[in-house]
Amino acid sequence: MKLDDDDFTLFGLPRRHALDRGDLDARWRALQAEVHPDRFAAQGAAAQRLAMQWAVRVNEAYQRLKDPLRRGAYLCELAGAEVDAERNTAMPPEFLLEQMAWREALDEADDDAAAVEALDAEVAGRERVLLQRLAREIDETGDARAAAATVRALMFVARFREDIGRRLEALDA
Amino acid sequence: MALLQISEPGAAPDPHQRRVAVGIDLGTTHSLVAAVRHGVAECLPDTDGAVILPSVVRYLDGGRRQIGAAARAAQAEDAENTIASVKRFMGRTLADIPGHGKLPYRFIDRPGMVALATREGEKSPVEVSAEILAVLRQRAEDTFDDEIFGAVITVPAYFDDAQRQATKDAAQLAGLNVLRLINEPTAAAVAYGLENGSEGLYAVYDLGGGTFDISLLRLTRGVFEVVATGGDAALGGDDFDDALAQWALAQAGLQASSPRDRRAVLVAARAAKEALSSAAQAALSCTVDGRALELGVSREQFDALARPLVERTLASARKVLRDARVTRDEVQGVVLVGGSTRMPCVRAAVAAQFGREPLTDVNPDEVVAIGAALQAHALAGHARDGGLLLLDVIPLSLGLETMGGLVERVIERNTTIPVAKAQDFTTFQDGQTAMAIHVVQGERDLVADCRSLARFELRGIPPMVAGAARIRVSFQVDTDGLLSVSARELGSGVEASVAVKPSYGLGDDEIARMLREGYAHAEDDMHSRKLREARVEAERMVLATRSALAADGDLLDGEERARVDALLAVAADVALAADAQAIDDAVHALAEGTEAFAAARMNRGIRAALAGRKVDEI
Repeated sequence: MKLDDDDFTLFGLPRRHALDRGDLDARWRALQAEVHPDRFAAQGAAAQRLAMQWAVRVNEAYQRLKDPLRRGAYLCELAGAEVDAERNTAMPPEFLLEQMAWREALDEADDDAAAVEALDAEVAGRERVLLQRLAREIDETGDARAAAATVRALMFVARFREDIGRRLEALDA
Repeated sequence: MALLQISEPGAAPDPHQRRVAVGIDLGTTHSLVAAVRHGVAECLPDTDGAVILPSVVRYLDGGRRQIGAAARAAQAEDAENTIASVKRFMGRTLADIPGHGKLPYRFIDRPGMVALATREGEKSPVEVSAEILAVLRQRAEDTFDDEIFGAVITVPAYFDDAQRQATKDAAQLAGLNVLRLINEPTAAAVAYGLENGSEGLYAVYDLGGGTFDISLLRLTRGVFEVVATGGDAALGGDDFDDALAQWALAQAGLQASSPRDRRAVLVAARAAKEALSSAAQAALSCTVDGRALELGVSREQFDALARPLVERTLASARKVLRDARVTRDEVQGVVLVGGSTRMPCVRAAVAAQFGREPLTDVNPDEVVAIGAALQAHALAGHARDGGLLLLDVIPLSLGLETMGGLVERVIERNTTIPVAKAQDFTTFQDGQTAMAIHVVQGERDLVADCRSLARFELRGIPPMVAGAARIRVSFQVDTDGLLSVSARELGSGVEASVAVKPSYGLGDDEIARMLREGYAHAEDDMHSRKLREARVEAERMVLATRSALAADGDLLDGEERARVDALLAVAADVALAADAQAIDDAVHALAEGTEAFAAARMNRGIRAALAGRKVDEI
């Protein structure tokens, strides 16, 4: 086991998008129970430093693995298909139209919390469908390039949901 | 002060046996110290049998001071020199303290952290807090008739980096070895969860004297994982007192202009508030401006005044549920912490928000200190195998200033610590050779709306066209939730770094000066202290290495084993001598010489953990 092993190897998991969240959480806790600096509280600075590096590495991998979008992007990269969202901004027209419709709906909802929440539910539904497609592209058809395109679409959706979250927060304050 | 212990050569007592570790709840209105005694965590009483120490420090003439109940009693008569609720000023500038004009103190607007003018001169909030901590340290030392090995000190989960660092500085000033800063709600959950054997998702609603926290924790077989946390570092029981005091003054048509009057009406309001927790009606009486202020106040009237404050706590609670992406029905229990949760209006509002009656079977005043004591006990090496593990999060996002005064977030709030993350930036102008790094904390998009933590410069970047340099800025947050930042130009390797500290709080030299001036522990002799600390560290290292060898000695070949054994013998030997520097050197050599061994052991542990999981699945 090395610090630069990939996340799946570190967690003893197969390189698949499908994953049991409960099992992942249990693995994370088991790993932290081994490497957390508190486990080496009595063993001097060198052991503490080493433990810190491992604990940081385990947390980094866990953050990536537990988020279906980041996990998907990571699998694409492991398969040699860079997501490269910054340079690769071309999206299918129907997807862009849907995005515009959502943005308009958010503007129109204004300070109507129920309407904002309804929109969020709709977007969350779309997100689920895209995530299912992503899992299929990675685990079944093995089409990393298509999966990378789906990851990019999901990144748009995630950003929009963040905007919705901020709106809801502002309405609550 | 306890006497130095001297052991016969070769007969050193097992340091585990006499390692006293305490948990300290350094609260806005009161503070407590707890420890595990005879296997049970309990709060330690003073000689009068009181466990609660009011967090009030009064400066008297000639370097004398009163701390605790006596100081609190003198609040109204000597308001300017009697500092209460100092926690609200920790790591804060004057501008950060809302309503400071209404407080009866003479503030001095110092950069980084406000100071207070007293008859004994200027006092930093860190020094005032250190006085409180020193009293608790003394209490623990008297109880055990022994030195304190270390302390776990609690802070509100919502404390930012500046407030955490200030707390750690205060502990250092009070002569305490800080084993860990932990979050108050986490400590409460530890005390509650270990006592009740609970599993699942719990909310901890902690409304103290000056701070409010709400945390969601998942409890799984001894692991306490913070899922999300939020709150308000400037909202607490004091604000309820203030709301009632302002209302009373308005009703009576009076103004409290002197510090003494302001304190008098706050004290009266607090008494009325406390009475209303068990009665439907209370009297508020004091003297303002030479005139008697006498008023009756009903619980309904008080509840109406309290409602906006309670509503702020509920908004934080909803936000935390959203952050964690859970609904209130998934929460299995709500634990109430902090004296302010005794207010009936608070209990009712929490019950309505979560759709269930909150749990109140733990003493809300003591639960935080008890949880801290349990963690201290574990960190001192007393925990049973696989005892207790806290996985905490950072409460506020950390980021950097980019062009146009915008914040680029590097680490999002509610990320589990420890965590490290790097982000690459580039130059803006052709030939640019320096880059200013401005580290901020907060959720807002504009730098101006976030808290500035530190600024530093990376110099010596080779001149290149704009956008060609690659500057990697790395953030690391340790297990205390404290941040350090470094920046490096990847082509040339020039580097700059900062432990986030200088733009606020006290520098190390300032702490050293205060220690020299002998605040908090005047009678302590620095030299013998240093030697004692070096010995404890050496004993700790030797013991840990021996038990590591016993467990995993097979990882070393004969030659490696001989080297470690030699270093071990030197360290054990030198620890008996009276030369602190020699002890430090030997410990250092032992640590370095066993680094590869430690790495191999860790590797084995990880393999075992994963293998264990696979066995579970079968």
